[in-house]
Amino acid sequence: MSFVLDGVTVRHHAPLAQRPLALTEVSLNAAAGEQIALIGPSGAGKTTLLHTLACAMRPQAGELRLFDTQAWNLPEAQRHALRKRLFLAPQTPPLPPRQRVVTAVLAGLLPQWGMRQALASLLKPADPQCAYDALARFSLQDKLYARVDRLSGGERQRCSMARLIVSQAELLLVDEPLSALDPTLAMHTLTVLQQEAAARRATLVCSLHQIELARAHFPRIVGLRDGCVMFDAPRHQVSDDMIAALYKHATTPASASTPQDQEPKQILPLIRCF
Amino acid sequence: MAASTIRTAPPDPAWRGRVTASVLTLVVLWPMLVWSEFKPWVLLDAQSLAATGRFLADFFPPAHSAEFLRLAAEATWQTVAMATAGMTLALLGAVPMTIIATERLSISRIGTGRIRILGRAVRLFVRWLLVGLRSVPELVWALLLVRIVGLGPTAGVLAIALTYCGMLGKVYAEILESADPHASDALLRNGASRLAALCYGTLPESASELVSYTIYRWECAIRGSVVMGFVGAGGLGQRMDESMKMLAGGEVATMLIIFVLLVACADSISKMLRRRLA
Repeated sequence: MSFVLDGVTVRHHAPLAQRPLALTEVSLNAAAGEQIALIGPSGAGKTTLLHTLACAMRPQAGELRLFDTQAWNLPEAQRHALRKRLFLAPQTPPLPPRQRVVTAVLAGLLPQWGMRQALASLLKPADPQCAYDALARFSLQDKLYARVDRLSGGERQRCSMARLIVSQAELLLVDEPLSALDPTLAMHTLTVLQQEAAARRATLVCSLHQIELARAHFPRIVGLRDGCVMFDAPRHQVSDDMIAALYKHATTPASASTPQDQEPKQILPLIRCF
Repeated sequence: MAASTIRTAPPDPAWRGRVTASVLTLVVLWPMLVWSEFKPWVLLDAQSLAATGRFLADFFPPAHSAEFLRLAAEATWQTVAMATAGMTLALLGAVPMTIIATERLSISRIGTGRIRILGRAVRLFVRWLLVGLRSVPELVWALLLVRIVGLGPTAGVLAIALTYCGMLGKVYAEILESADPHASDALLRNGASRLAALCYGTLPESASELVSYTIYRWECAIRGSVVMGFVGAGGLGQRMDESMKMLAGGEVATMLIIFVLLVACADSISKMLRRRLA
């Protein structure tokens, strides 16, 4: 098993009085090499779920087993070693604007590098060919020595995917990798991601707003809403009705004004953790 | 209806508060001025004006004999060397302490938002160490060290190293913590080590600010080493002390010009480096 979530409840780190529930009793598991699309309206908890899987957020209840070990029962150092085996790509590309693309991409290898190699690579990139090949898969190879702040939003997003390609992770957690891309590029980027995951037999969990792409390309689809798993099914079992129900009355603040909607109303604005 | 009958603007509701605050401030501050014997008019009395005039008249022309210039150059070199050596030693202490003290780089914080007890204790200890180092002014360190290592630049270098270590460590940590955490957080979450996350995530963003603060501190160290010269730590300060005691206005003027040039030089270096790193 790549990961198992068992009845996981997550709250955000906010002052005690206003801690909203971000995930409620979520159970989900994936075998190694599975590819899962995570869909749901904005604020449903997709990012929180990915962060929870990446040990970047500790559940208040329930347990997370990553690579068959209970991540939060491990001592600090071992848990951090576990993080080397996964790659969490956040929604906004985490690339320092003043860094060169080659350095930003090779940063994907930092968990594997020793301190000496990491420092030396700041002076002279340790493996430019590796970064070049990764960028080439997103047709960005001519940006190898450009600075990140010279890239457009879409280029930055693909540059951060190139970092994922370079990393040697076995669990790829990707948060909306297509949000800044046009339809053609989105299609291409998704294909590269899926090919790479399949080639190295890595598990891929990808949150998406492009429902059509998710239904066309991912064998398994998980629908998330208000912090709960609404469905978890192979793609041929996901019907238009299920999608419609998932996004019904989706999270406009006006729709959450009746008293029984009080809880989600509190959650919605706070649930996004960038 | 009511609005249309009122022709004049209503009085400013903040006005009374402002007047009260100003009067209160004056009432509180005036006794302080009296107690501190602040009497600026002494500067303007005829005798003082005559003395100031004589001293300032001496300033022109600044001393420019070859022999004095050689002495001044030597003293300048000693001052710059003292400041630079002191800064280097300070950096050796400050950089590791910065890396320890920066909460951004905590690994136990990931996922829980809380740093474990040991981490917090170590950080607190380092912060107090930094407070201790910088709360003693460099002049006081110099006076203490002159007793231990004797007169000469060594005392000045060590004094600068100790105080500036405290200042640099504190401000570096704050610069790093005020940078955008997104890049370093992403690296830490993917299993990178603390130092790697610092070098690849935070430094590109904060480099120019760190450099500009370092150069500014170097400039301060030059000024500081001049002051320490007065207590016998050598360099321009000691020369200036001698010239002042001999009432040699021309020499003092030359040395003041050198200070201005040194500070201007530090400023242009900082500007150049910032432009390179921007």
